[in-house]
Amino acid sequence: MSRSRTAWVVPTALAFGFAFLYVPILAMVVFSFNNSRLVTVWDAENSPTLKWYGALLHNQQILEAAELSLRIAVLNATGAAVLGTMVGLVLARFGQFRGRTLLSALTTAPLVMPEVITGLSLLLLFVALEQSIGWPAGRGVTTITIAHITFSMSYVAVIVQSRLSGFDDALEEAAMDLGARPLTVFRRITLPLIFPAILSGWLLSFTLSWDDLVISQFVAGPGSTTLPMIIFSKVRLGVTPDINALATLMVLVVALGVIGSTLLLQRQQKRLLRDQQLAAAGD
Amino acid sequence: MGCLKSRGGQRLSGVLARLRQWRPGRGLVIAVPMGWLLLFFLAPFVIDFKISLAQVQVAIPPYTPMFEWVQDKALAIRLHWHNYAFLFTDSLYIRSYIYSLQVAAVSTLFCLLLGYPMAYGIARAEPATRNLLLMLVVLPFWTSFLLRVYAWMGLLRNNGLINNALLSLGLIDTPIQMMQTDFSVYIGIVYSYLPFMILPLYTNLEKHDNTLLEAAADLGARPVTAFLRVTLPLSLPGILAGSLLVFIPVVGEYVIPSLLGRPDQLMIGRVLSDEFFANRDWPVASAVAILMLVFLLLPIMLFQRAQQRNAAGQT
Repeated sequence: MSRSRTAWVVPTALAFGFAFLYVPILAMVVFSFNNSRLVTVWDAENSPTLKWYGALLHNQQILEAAELSLRIAVLNATGAAVLGTMVGLVLARFGQFRGRTLLSALTTAPLVMPEVITGLSLLLLFVALEQSIGWPAGRGVTTITIAHITFSMSYVAVIVQSRLSGFDDALEEAAMDLGARPLTVFRRITLPLIFPAILSGWLLSFTLSWDDLVISQFVAGPGSTTLPMIIFSKVRLGVTPDINALATLMVLVVALGVIGSTLLLQRQQKRLLRDQQLAAAGD
Repeated sequence: MGCLKSRGGQRLSGVLARLRQWRPGRGLVIAVPMGWLLLFFLAPFVIDFKISLAQVQVAIPPYTPMFEWVQDKALAIRLHWHNYAFLFTDSLYIRSYIYSLQVAAVSTLFCLLLGYPMAYGIARAEPATRNLLLMLVVLPFWTSFLLRVYAWMGLLRNNGLINNALLSLGLIDTPIQMMQTDFSVYIGIVYSYLPFMILPLYTNLEKHDNTLLEAAADLGARPVTAFLRVTLPLSLPGILAGSLLVFIPVVGEYVIPSLLGRPDQLMIGRVLSDEFFANRDWPVASAVAILMLVFLLLPIMLFQRAQQRNAAGQT
């Protein structure tokens, strides 16, 4: 059969692709329990050990940077969720208005814009602003957060817009016809519909910020060293076991978060489906 | 009198109706994010361009002003185009641009060759398996980009896992130099950007109507022919979106070439940040950025069209 001659391509690509995606991460996790300082030589006698995790917890520099990154990530995710939801709503529901094309272009460009360009340009803006109006005074948490919101809000906008496109606006129209004010319609109907999208937008913005090195490097000031900046300066000098431990912790948190939210969303989806079926049965 | 009054009443009710329709909220919901993006995304490029026309000087900020009042009255406008001329005369910059475009094009191709069959397999899988596979694609995308690149350093180094394994198996006598080569750059980029290729392809392939393939088979087309004549043409928008999502950011990639790349051939993102951080030459760094933007303008516009068509297709 001609089918069997090509049928191997897809399963092989899947197996190879997933191995490619996960083997490096697994190797990193395994070697975080290695006793040897030589990261890639397994010290069988004294391993597995948690000593690099202990070293991590006593590294004041890393802990402080992690706290700063956490603070910026939360601020960024919240700001990006608000602004991004507004954009998503406008693009999906407001129909035609002057500036629509511009808004849509300004939303998609940050998704692909190389980070060095965005970072450099934003820094130059901050310097020019400080010179002419005195704000922002110096660079630090404020400038990093503004920079992160600017690229994160595009991701939220895309997620919210595509969620809204999945629903027709009949519910909102009906509420308007019944005399509900726009804000009420948004609060009672639109917001619950797009809430899962806003939540995943918030989480994505959080990780984008938590992860960002290049843009932060441009717009950070003295005293505002984020976690990726520390990791980068350590990693540049070579492979170090405590970074393996840090990576393992981060992979663990992300894996739990993604799996948890996927299960939660699936349950919500099922409940929504059941409610719809019940409503249909009640008619 | 009565006529006048009723006309006044009409006008009043018209105004009231318009007042009721006038929703300040609507304008505000547009204006706030628009203002943010104009100030923090568009305006920076204008300033970038302005500074690329300045001259470097030892001062804070380290560039000459464009407008200056000379002798109290006359306004002097100083435009220094020589930064751009400099980029074209020193072969370092041209070679870095060409190398970056080449790396971006080749890694996009590899992402496509690996990502397409993966996306195809996921789209054809049973619904339960499909969700699991999709989550496995997305999961690395959520973990730290920097740490995933770092993970490859542990594998590719001369005393790394791959070399150690090959040495102990007796397949090689001396370690193969894999770090700081084109190979390690391609590995790092394909690894980091693969999910960006798979997701838009999957979104496209998942929507395909299976009956088209069945019809092709009924008409005697072999699977390969059916794929080439039906599936592949239908998936072109997904291929375009995924390729641009990989190609454009990779041209300016900084982290991967810094950690895995060749020391003798820099990518342009590295050149830009060296000009800025090491040489403190803000005008040349700005010119490098503007020129990169010029190269990327067409791909970015193509990406925007693909995105808009995609958004329109969903409604």
